[in-house]
Amino acid sequence: MLKVEETQPVEFSSALLAKFDEIVKRYPEGKQKSALLPLLHLVQAEYGWTSVPAMDKVAEYLKIQSIEVYEVASFYTMYFLQPKGKYVLEVCRTGPCCLVGAEKIMDHIEQKLGVKEGEVTADGLFSWRGVECLAACGFGPVLQIGPEYTFYENLTEQSVDQLIDDLRKK
Amino acid sequence: MGRKLLLEHINVPGINTLEVYRQKGGYRAVEKALKTLTPDDVVEEVKKSGLRGRGGAGFPTGMKWSFLAKPEGVPRYLVCNGDESEPGTFKDRYLMTHIPHALIEGMIVSSYALGANTSYIYLRGEMMPQIRILERAIEEAKAAGWLGKNILGTGYDLELYVQPGGGAYICGEETALLESLEGKRGNPRIKPPFPAIAGLYGCPTVVNNVESIAAVVPIINDGGDEYAKIGIGRSTGTKLISASGNLVRPGVYEIELGVPVEEFIYSDEYCGGIANGKRLKATVAGGSSVPILPANLTLKYANGEPRLMSYESLSEGGFATGTMLGSGGFIAFDEDQCIVRNTWNFSRFYHHESCGQCSPCREGTGWMEKILHKLEHGHGTMEDIDLLWDVQRKIEGNTICPLGDAAAWPVASAIRHFRDEFEWHVKEPMKSQSTNYGLANYANPIEKASEEVKS
Repeated sequence: MLKVEETQPVEFSSALLAKFDEIVKRYPEGKQKSALLPLLHLVQAEYGWTSVPAMDKVAEYLKIQSIEVYEVASFYTMYFLQPKGKYVLEVCRTGPCCLVGAEKIMDHIEQKLGVKEGEVTADGLFSWRGVECLAACGFGPVLQIGPEYTFYENLTEQSVDQLIDDLRKK
Repeated sequence: MGRKLLLEHINVPGINTLEVYRQKGGYRAVEKALKTLTPDDVVEEVKKSGLRGRGGAGFPTGMKWSFLAKPEGVPRYLVCNGDESEPGTFKDRYLMTHIPHALIEGMIVSSYALGANTSYIYLRGEMMPQIRILERAIEEAKAAGWLGKNILGTGYDLELYVQPGGGAYICGEETALLESLEGKRGNPRIKPPFPAIAGLYGCPTVVNNVESIAAVVPIINDGGDEYAKIGIGRSTGTKLISASGNLVRPGVYEIELGVPVEEFIYSDEYCGGIANGKRLKATVAGGSSVPILPANLTLKYANGEPRLMSYESLSEGGFATGTMLGSGGFIAFDEDQCIVRNTWNFSRFYHHESCGQCSPCREGTGWMEKILHKLEHGHGTMEDIDLLWDVQRKIEGNTICPLGDAAAWPVASAIRHFRDEFEWHVKEPMKSQSTNYGLANYANPIEKASEEVKS
């Protein structure tokens, strides 16, 4: 669901715009809309989520309508339409990972962080959610953390504790 | 030991670099194809190899290539499908992580064969680390003259780009992938026209799986006839199998097609048997979309003959007693796993991933998830099992793309082979919340035979 949050207008940095320019070159002339998904990833990496003002700016840059950006951002699961914690722990919850204990790992994360799925911890550092198959079934349970989408495999309650403690200290 | 064509050098330190990959014979196929073969020769070799699409459908790759329209003055595209999202499948991620140049080399040879001068590798967005790996490999290849303008002085130009998805299983369907690559929602297109006629930007396009494209390299190096000698019947060559679930050694294995299923599960060359000394209850042999089979039908046909890891053998008996090789996502369930819970889990997956275009899929997957949730949590009735059967039948065959079928088959097969377990959840609602049904009597794991394989 696309929910408009109160947000400040954004101005993209020249470094970010330079990255945009590089990506648009990959496609034939007039097909710059192809850059939309990669651009939204860059925006999310920069701001932590894809806000409406940021999406409007992307639309402006690509010379397309804002609705074309919203409909894409709301279709794909990786784009956050609300602010999240600095670290979003995305745990695979699909069949093969559940055969090797993914559900227990999610329960443990919920307990450890003290927030429900999708919520943000009081310090703003963490969110977590279950996601569908991450193509790492042989190394489950598994979770990923954006924006680099580093994978943490063969999770145990201990390794999750360690990971969260390490991220807190960062 | 089976022959390894794709993973032979997987353990060589530095095989992810161009230098080491070259030392191990890499990019020979590009030299051979561009300098000594015409594009049509390359297509012919791939046809002779009998290679079948490794993404799941198993359609002959050479034939798919030969359908590509070649109107004058219109660009043609090769798009590599690296959306790998089918639960149980993780072979492409593994291959690209460790030997990225195998894919780059395959892309160059295949693009040459199809007459494409710009090609895209579409990876699911969650594979950011693999996107970085491939982009680095492309840079290396470009600096060494394997990509770009006038490759090896042959006059052939090729630019290769990696495109991230945004997190959507449906984009593994080739027309949804093309929509996504055009910057839109991943709604599958109505076919015809097929991508071979009107694909990316309305131009003739071939979409191939990562593993299919990587397999073109050994086919060109050794010749299509040599490749076709490996395997069994119409299942030629080697296949990457992603093994997951309750196995001693889950992971990615390259097999010669035709290895007995029993050997694959129990031998020490492959999965090493069921973890924690437990017995096998069931398997999903080709990714979550293919029918689940009880242990006895996994290992043998209904007539008692051994079942093999091949396209034909896994589908022997049709859906009544067989399944499919699919993407090669092999999931093993031990005796403590609950079939109802797993079926509910898969149904939730398909409901979540349905693009919503076709009513039977959009509504039906939701119904299936809800009914299965009810059954799994001890609130189901016997009528619910029949309703579930009815709903899945009304999805199958009634949607634009195969996601509907993929959602229906796991449910149908679970009821077909494990109906008594569903009924037990209805009859013993309290008990089913604290214990598992265990092995169904028809899921006899044939322990003795497995011991023989080990020795």
